[in-house]
Amino acid sequence: MILLVTLIAIVMLAAAILTVTLRNWLAATAALSVVSLALSVLFALLRAPDVALAEAAVGAGLSGVLLALTLRRVGLWTNNDGKPGDSQ
Amino acid sequence: MRRHYPQHRVIRPMGHQGNHGRLAASALFLAGLGLLLFNLVASIPFGHAPLHVGRAILERASGETGADNIVTAILLGYRGLDTLGEVTILFTAAAAAGMVLASAGRGQAQGEDAGFIFRTAAWMLFPFLLVVGAYIIIHGHLTPGGGFQGGAILAAAFFTPLLASPASPFNHRVATLVEGFAGLAFIVIGLLGMLGGGQFLTQLFGKGAPGALFSAGSLPVLYLAIGLKVGSELAGLMASVFGGKEKA
Amino acid sequence: MMTGLILHASAIGLLLTGIYAIAARRHLMRNILGLAVLESGANLLLVAIGYRQGGHAPILVAGQTPGPMVDPIPQALVLTAIVIGFGVLALALALVVRVKENYGTLDNREVAERLRAESREARS
Repeated sequence: MILLVTLIAIVMLAAAILTVTLRNWLAATAALSVVSLALSVLFALLRAPDVALAEAAVGAGLSGVLLALTLRRVGLWTNNDGKPGDSQ
Repeated sequence: MRRHYPQHRVIRPMGHQGNHGRLAASALFLAGLGLLLFNLVASIPFGHAPLHVGRAILERASGETGADNIVTAILLGYRGLDTLGEVTILFTAAAAAGMVLASAGRGQAQGEDAGFIFRTAAWMLFPFLLVVGAYIIIHGHLTPGGGFQGGAILAAAFFTPLLASPASPFNHRVATLVEGFAGLAFIVIGLLGMLGGGQFLTQLFGKGAPGALFSAGSLPVLYLAIGLKVGSELAGLMASVFGGKEKA
Repeated sequence: MMTGLILHASAIGLLLTGIYAIAARRHLMRNILGLAVLESGANLLLVAIGYRQGGHAPILVAGQTPGPMVDPIPQALVLTAIVIGFGVLALALALVVRVKENYGTLDNREVAERLRAESREARS
């Protein structure tokens, strides 16, 4: 169990750091979905299948879609080049 | 293919401090906070949950509510009123998001049709998602899952075809109707429990045999109501952010 | 023991990453992503607290004598927290869409300055 937990925790933390640093917004959203997916595996390992199911369905699925839709709506779907104020 | 993203250096009105000072301050703050949190968490033993209330619930939940899934027993049996409040919070969030976006230009961000393959796949996926969602909701008191998880899957089922062909209108009115009736059903079941002199959300039916589909009193019905309510709320939320054409 | 350390450390790591994204970054979208990460960390910490060594999932299986089980209360709490978190996320994103339409920018300081200027105008 410890090897699996370590591996998933590393993936999760790396994805979390990518979420807050990636300049491409779509990639950052995908990284957030990876965080949720890794988290749901951890929940399953911690004997919480209900929570794992909810995290996988809501966190990894619907949240990612919602974020992507918002990105499209505010015009950040692709990386925005040109507007200095918006690039962080 | 690797694209190069130009680095934009923002000239901040902060003056002499600059980027490095900010970064150092952030790092220092985070390190201090991490140290504090780690000290706090280090005093919690892992793998030996104290189980103050948990033990009592684990021992009694099956006998008192008839549900095999003890998380469901807590959510609907012991903390049913809280769950009603929680669904109300979700409703408020959905209503607020709809209100905030109502005056926004609807349909201006409409994408083009997603193409034949995605459209066909979305419609083929629809019945399967519906069945999976319904199964998870109905078996919420027996297996992992329940109204919240199944509701999310139902929302996905109704939203995927909309994503594939944005021109097809999402019927907000039906979603609102389903949601209203589901909420009403939850409250009515709770009130019916009071008729016999009990408290709000007293179990209506018998507990049934453990493991049977028709068991655990009114918990499956309550979870069905929650599943429909959560599903329609989430679908409505997604549709309002998506900016689907209103068919009022 | 080691597993617990790793889980607690990664929960704190998620919390800190989220706080950094909320406090130190300027883009509203980044703040919202940070909020989601922060929430994940809190959820992981809660579920990890309820874990018991060798415990089973809190679900009874017909025909089996129930062994020791993990604490179901944090699980019920986190289950609701996840769904509420989605509602919060959706509301925040709706507000972001409106901010973009009204101010044309998603930089939180610029938006704050515009708001301040507007309220000054309204007062005078």
